[in-house]
Amino acid sequence: MTGQTNRLQEGGRIDRAQRLSFTFDGATMTGYAGDTLASALLANGVSLVARSFKYHRPRGIFSAGPEEPNALVRLRGGERVEPNTRATMIPLYDGLVAESQNRWPSLGLDLQAANQLIARFIPAGFYYKTFMGPWSNTKLWMRFEHAIRRAAGMGAGTHAPDPDDYDKMSAHCEVLVIGGGPAGLAAARAAAASGLRVVLVDEREEFGGRLLFDREEIDGAHASHWLAEQTAALEAAPNVRLLSRTTAFGYYDQNMVACVERVSDHLIEPPPHRPRQRLWTIRAKEVVLATGAIEQPLVFADNDRPGVMLAGAARAYVNHYGVLPGRKVVVATNNDDAYRSAIDLHDAGASIESIIDVRPGGAGALAAAAKERGINVLRGYAPVKVQGRRKVRRLAILKLDADGKPTGAQRAADCDLVLVSGGWQPTLHLSSQTGAKAMWDAEKGCFLPGPPRQRERSAGACAGGFMLAECLAQGHAAGLEAAEAAGAVRPELEAPRAAAVAEKPTRLYWECPEPINTPGKKFVDHQDDVTASDVRLAHREGYVSVEHLKRYTTLGMGTDQGKTSNIPGFAIMAKARGVEIGATGTTTFRPPYTPVALGALAGPEVGEHYMPLRRTPMDSWHVERGCEWIDAGLWRRPRYYPAHDGESLFDAYIRETKAVRGAVGLCDVTTLGKIDIQGPDAGEFLNRLYINGWKALPVGKARYGLMLREDGVVLDDGTTSRLGEHHYLMTTTTANAVRIMAWIDYHLQVVWPDLKVKATSVTEQWAAMAVAGPTARRLLEPVIDRDLSNEAFPFMAAGPCRLLGGEEGAAPIPGRLFRISFSGELAYELNVPADYGHEAWERLMAAGAPYDVVPYGMEALGNMRIEKGHVAGPELDGRTTADDLGLGRMMSSKKDFIGARLARREDLVRPDRKQFVGLVPVDGRTALKQGAQLVAKDAPATAGTLAAGGTPIRMEGHVTSTGFSPELGHPIALGLVGRGRERLGEELSMRYPLRDLTVPVRIVDPVFIDAEGKRVHG
Amino acid sequence: MLRIDCPWCGPRDMVEFTYVGDGTLRRPEIGAEDGHFDYVYLRDNPKGPHVEIWRHGVGCRRHVAVTRDTATHEMLATGKPGEGAS
Ligand SMILES: [Zn+2]
Repeated sequence: MTGQTNRLQEGGRIDRAQRLSFTFDGATMTGYAGDTLASALLANGVSLVARSFKYHRPRGIFSAGPEEPNALVRLRGGERVEPNTRATMIPLYDGLVAESQNRWPSLGLDLQAANQLIARFIPAGFYYKTFMGPWSNTKLWMRFEHAIRRAAGMGAGTHAPDPDDYDKMSAHCEVLVIGGGPAGLAAARAAAASGLRVVLVDEREEFGGRLLFDREEIDGAHASHWLAEQTAALEAAPNVRLLSRTTAFGYYDQNMVACVERVSDHLIEPPPHRPRQRLWTIRAKEVVLATGAIEQPLVFADNDRPGVMLAGAARAYVNHYGVLPGRKVVVATNNDDAYRSAIDLHDAGASIESIIDVRPGGAGALAAAAKERGINVLRGYAPVKVQGRRKVRRLAILKLDADGKPTGAQRAADCDLVLVSGGWQPTLHLSSQTGAKAMWDAEKGCFLPGPPRQRERSAGACAGGFMLAECLAQGHAAGLEAAEAAGAVRPELEAPRAAAVAEKPTRLYWECPEPINTPGKKFVDHQDDVTASDVRLAHREGYVSVEHLKRYTTLGMGTDQGKTSNIPGFAIMAKARGVEIGATGTTTFRPPYTPVALGALAGPEVGEHYMPLRRTPMDSWHVERGCEWIDAGLWRRPRYYPAHDGESLFDAYIRETKAVRGAVGLCDVTTLGKIDIQGPDAGEFLNRLYINGWKALPVGKARYGLMLREDGVVLDDGTTSRLGEHHYLMTTTTANAVRIMAWIDYHLQVVWPDLKVKATSVTEQWAAMAVAGPTARRLLEPVIDRDLSNEAFPFMAAGPCRLLGGEEGAAPIPGRLFRISFSGELAYELNVPADYGHEAWERLMAAGAPYDVVPYGMEALGNMRIEKGHVAGPELDGRTTADDLGLGRMMSSKKDFIGARLARREDLVRPDRKQFVGLVPVDGRTALKQGAQLVAKDAPATAGTLAAGGTPIRMEGHVTSTGFSPELGHPIALGLVGRGRERLGEELSMRYPLRDLTVPVRIVDPVFIDAEGKRVHG
Repeated sequence: MLRIDCPWCGPRDMVEFTYVGDGTLRRPEIGAEDGHFDYVYLRDNPKGPHVEIWRHGVGCRRHVAVTRDTATHEMLATGKPGEGAS
């Protein structure tokens, strides 16, 4: 590289005292503070910066803003690498590293550019066409896809974790102004004068918008004076918050606007304790949209070559960055504004070969300024083809007749820069996101914001007021109006002023004629490599809607969302259909306006902060004991407690199962949902919730209950105890605790508000522990201050108690004792206030030492409930009825309850429904698989393909839960099998295709242990 | 993001609430034989104002009757269930 050959000696807003060093594709270059990567590359004479997505065509820098379709680079390296970053929006910093994308082996020599040669075999809709017709069954698609995906595609990211932090912030204000150009600044100034809270956001490094690159005057002085003055005044105002580097990317309901602030992206890495980006959700009473406009290109052959640039962008490079992007310049335009670029480039030292104006009448007042400078203007001409492969060398042009048809001989002009302008389109993304439908304005040749659907108004270029005078006036008015609408007294304030310029209207002309003899591709969408002929092909194939056009051709589907391609694309479609552009409409604008890092959306809610972790009061005891954990919703629960390093899950839970069944074990069951229900109608309420009766339950007793949904399917189960005349304690499964609480709230508040019942969740107020096993009573007797004999406290008894024990002189712990059993053993459940949970647990462990008490986890708990044939989550799968689960007899016929009526529907009482059964492997050895299918014993190994006339194998049922019974010495399982209860003893085949497993199984009763239930009464 | 004016807590963001269902439904009386199928399955899908029940789960845990325009998401009114937000 030869240094900053294209840098102007003076001018621009860059700081020439601060030289910054950076590399692009390994080459070291320099730029200045205030540069973007794009302006620095142009200063260094780099014109080829990327290869295109599909055809790998050489591409240069096309714009100077967020609309950039071509100059996407891979920024930074290592774990901070960020692909597809727009060079035009990257502030230059010292040490910046960027690489080009989509090239192999190098940007200059790209072998995959051969895609261009087969381009006619990859027409619009290629992806869809290979699915259909003669191709559909050939797997051709899969082969194509493999090759094309490798060649096409965008930059590669990294799988390494993001090392940076992201922040989230909420803000409220009366007036939010989006866009810090002249309109936005005028609006913020006017609104701030009311004293209301004003927030002004702008996506650039500094405020100013077009004032940063246009040589214009406000209030009689150079606009940069007004800009500096206003920015300083707003900064000093206590009621104004200025957010630069902040993109408002989404406009949501009730005036909520989401923004991403790039807090540290202008640095090589974020300083300590500072986030990389911050997501703002701003709720505003009133919004002023001053989002500006985006220049559209013209469409002609090889208009994608490096050196073809939007006219306004070139002006920005000269005036904002002090870079001259070319020396011999041709300007092609359908409007007046491009003349400003020609004039500014001329004044900066470039030679303007000519202005090619497609309008026969040429420009307004600016034409004179061009003429003064001796710039040659060709009226009624159109650009038709760029010559030069990796760099513009010449531009071929043709004269147009009155109808816009080419006439006469083709001429060509030497140049190294072609500036194009297809007019400016208001940036309607945010206004459209509110639901306001964009409206076509044929006079201005652009879409304008539709009638507001939220409390917003548009001002300046985004409302079609393209001239500086209009921007200032409209912004000022919008700021006053917004402040007034938000409740303030309308401030008395003079509007800033600029001179109006007489301009001639834009010609609705985008696609230029074919060149003579030398064809080329006329690109509409540079990022997606969509050409004018692709659009016409889609039309010939019957596409009419622009939404379909977009999906079929991929027009506007890149990361730039068609910011520089939609209007020319829609214009070509409209012409093909013979209608006005207004009749085609626009595609739907969806958030985000520009790409947003997922890290910013996630914010700090990653890793351990992703979800809260619920711990039981005994959590630290489990940690000290070295348990293995299992997640249960937000809770973590001990899965098993390894007896020594390396004890396997299986060995551990079998050991724990044996210990409980042989002596006694202690299990933390705090996570079960606990709902306190009180009131004179509590019994009636339970009667309506549960399928079984509750009114006869005496105080001091617990009962197992089953609930249905309204549709008759089982919802949840658990025991509920009557603690007093009008006082019950309900337990739910861990998984459904929140859902059942909501269910109860709904029925008490909405359905039966007349019932005198209050309910509240007490899950976290009580620590719960199960003491289970044949010596459970002996363990508890010395430490519980009540008679635990069968006569005094039989199975299903419930009542208050005090837990003794602990250190010498320790106070008893008040609690509640329930004689209930999930394991099928003699068992008690002790509840104590949560703060006593840890102490109570230790007292029980100490009391159990003489009986070799063991703590047991979820695996053993689950295994023992399978041995006992109790249903749990895998069986309560939202499809099973009470009768399916063998609990049909619980359904009371003496009362009505939720689900009673619909549970009697024909299909829910069919005798051939799947029923709850036990399963054992016929060989007595092979473990069964949860979720495996059960088919007939002699079913074929495979069904054969449907195409070959095969029929599906009939499914008889499936395996729901699996375990191993140490008492029986073989694997066991539970399942659901059609007419299962009638088929005990029958053999089926278990199929588990994931492991290619086939196991003969036998249907048995689901209660494997102690079928008579003697132990719980022991 | 929608805002819901909870009659008990004041205006709060939608994330604090859970949508529960159609607020115009009336469950058949306990003991009734008919109407359950309609209550469980049959829903209108109106375009325009619609009364819905939302649960303020991260606030007061109460149910709120919300009148929302299904076409524009405009929140027209909120009230206590059964007291008619419409
Ligand atoms: Zn509330």
